Amino acid sequence: MMNRFSNPTQTAVFRYDKTFEGLLCALFDAYVRHTFPEQLIGPEEPIPLFTQQIHEVLTRTEAAERVWKGLKRKLGSNVRRMLVFAWLSEEEGSDTLLLRYMRKTFDTPASIIGVFTDSDVLQVKKIAQKVAKEKERLIQFVRFQKAGDGSYFAPVSPLYNVLPLSLGYFTDRFADQRWLLYDTKRRYGYYYDLKQPLEVTLEEDGPLLEGWLSDDLCAADEHLFQERWKSYFQAVTIRERLHPQLHRQLMPRRFWKYLPEKQSYQ
Amino acid sequence: MKDSLREKLEILAESAKYDVSCASSGTTRKHKNGQIGSAHGWGICHSFTEDGRCVSLLKIMLTNYCIYDCAYCINRRSNDLRRATFTIAELVELTVEFYRRNYIEGLFLSSGVIRNPDYTMERLVRVARQLREVEHFNGYLHLKSIPGASRELVAKAGRYADRLSINLEIAKEENLKRLAPEKDHASIFRPMSYISQGFLESAEDRRRLRHAPRFAPAGQSTQMIVGASDETDREILTLSSTLYTRPSMKRVYYSGYIPINDYDRRLPTQQPPLAREHRLYQADWLMRFYGFRSNEIVDERYPNLDLEIDPKLSWALRHPECFPVDINRADYELILRVPGIGVKSAQLIVTARRYHRVTASMLRKMGVVMKRAQYFLQCLELPALGINELNPRIVRQRLITPAQRRQSPNQLTLVFPNE
Repeated sequence: MMNRFSNPTQTAVFRYDKTFEGLLCALFDAYVRHTFPEQLIGPEEPIPLFTQQIHEVLTRTEAAERVWKGLKRKLGSNVRRMLVFAWLSEEEGSDTLLLRYMRKTFDTPASIIGVFTDSDVLQVKKIAQKVAKEKERLIQFVRFQKAGDGSYFAPVSPLYNVLPLSLGYFTDRFADQRWLLYDTKRRYGYYYDLKQPLEVTLEEDGPLLEGWLSDDLCAADEHLFQERWKSYFQAVTIRERLHPQLHRQLMPRRFWKYLPEKQSYQ
Repeated sequence: MKDSLREKLEILAESAKYDVSCASSGTTRKHKNGQIGSAHGWGICHSFTEDGRCVSLLKIMLTNYCIYDCAYCINRRSNDLRRATFTIAELVELTVEFYRRNYIEGLFLSSGVIRNPDYTMERLVRVARQLREVEHFNGYLHLKSIPGASRELVAKAGRYADRLSINLEIAKEENLKRLAPEKDHASIFRPMSYISQGFLESAEDRRRLRHAPRFAPAGQSTQMIVGASDETDREILTLSSTLYTRPSMKRVYYSGYIPINDYDRRLPTQQPPLAREHRLYQADWLMRFYGFRSNEIVDERYPNLDLEIDPKLSWALRHPECFPVDINRADYELILRVPGIGVKSAQLIVTARRYHRVTASMLRKMGVVMKRAQYFLQCLELPALGINELNPRIVRQRLITPAQRRQSPNQLTLVFPNE
């Protein structure tokens, strides 16, 4: 792999606004400045020790679009999707990893997408897989509660920021009902008004943030169906073959708080 | 207020739970205007019971009254248990309400046999029709086909359902007749072939007319009880591999026998080891995704699966002449046969080796289980202590003894050939 930018005597740090567009601009600036950052930091983060150079990345739509267009030329839609998935993992260091990945994509004449012997390529794939898994789990474990006005509400708090990725499923399947999906950890959600999902933010300390609709907001038969579902869930369990470890592995504990079948009392 | 519907739900779910089939895969349907829901190609499990099985469909019986007296079944007529019957409206309401809350992917409806097979089958079809044509339910429907049901009713069921299934239950006919005197294999295979025919005819029609109606687009499945009678694994697996040659057969499920009717002298009192069911599923996977034939997994000399090691490892130990496999040269099919390498890592290896030689440390990163794979591989730096240098007996011993003394991979070990 070519290494025309790295300069061992200098550690460069780029500060950007922690958006995906900002990340693309950071790559753009790296090529313009012929300096490749060792580390990326967010707006509030302190400058690390031994930093010799700090560059503030300005997020510009046109620069981001140019980088994305360049990526489109070199990567298929599946791989670009993988990059977005890895980005939404919000994991420590995943931004620097993505930056290295994109740089390798541009610097290598041949495609790098299958070079799993390169640890960056394998790592991006693995993170994207973890995010995809979490997205799948979100879809599995969302439980809508019916409100008095006939709309449906479900709280979520996934490990990674996968709510936007799962919208396709919900708009298709529940196209004929109004619903609100709300990420209680990241404090934003989507409201579907029978046409398209719109991003919404609820005011702090609202009644929905606890996750369960209160009795006055609930539809009249909501508790009845939750109880029925709970009884069904208990009835289909084969008592002779309990396997709590497998149960937790398939349905991790962090999802239980919003599952009616795992509530002892409501 | 007592919720009588909830009680019915409990009774009929209890009765349905021993049917292991759960898949909601095989059909993709987008949402259409004026309809409820969609179907998701690979199926979604919405919950998991405490015994670790998935809950994807609302698995329920229409009624648990039954005129039959099959020894292995909880709903046999001589069992004293609470009985209940759903009305069509109740069942439809439950399905739609659960579905709208994202609890389920659809409905898996089965029934005890009342009056005669056709009468029962007709009632199942009526529920399906109500859901599809009145409620415009677009989610997944799995209908049980009743043994002995007529061709017309199976054809109607296939029009509404995504998947049909009929349970074989016992692999050997003489055992089936002994345990379920009212049933024989013909009464099961006949509806099975109706489903196959309907499936093929519809595929043929749709080739000519794009909007020809679909017939059970997700095919059919079946189930065999393991350990209630004396079948060997070889008999079971040979039968499943024959079943898989049918074009519409998507899944064969194995259900480890649970002594629910322990007063019946025809049944064993002991539950077979759970590992047996697990090994059978592993063998099933080998046949469906790894290109194994059933007679490679079990044969006359080894009619039963090894409970201590998985069937793939067991095959590898019996065939040391196929190893070591050179990870950088061998075909995909051969790489897939190495214990410790699954479909995912095999695909990664085949893609990655086009660019670089693959080394042992990379294999580890790709997710290969080197603890097992190391004896069967050849790559650049792996020490030459494979299955042929040791011998299958020693490799087996090493793999089944729990790892008490974890050795560093850099530590040399001396092996004496006549140990």
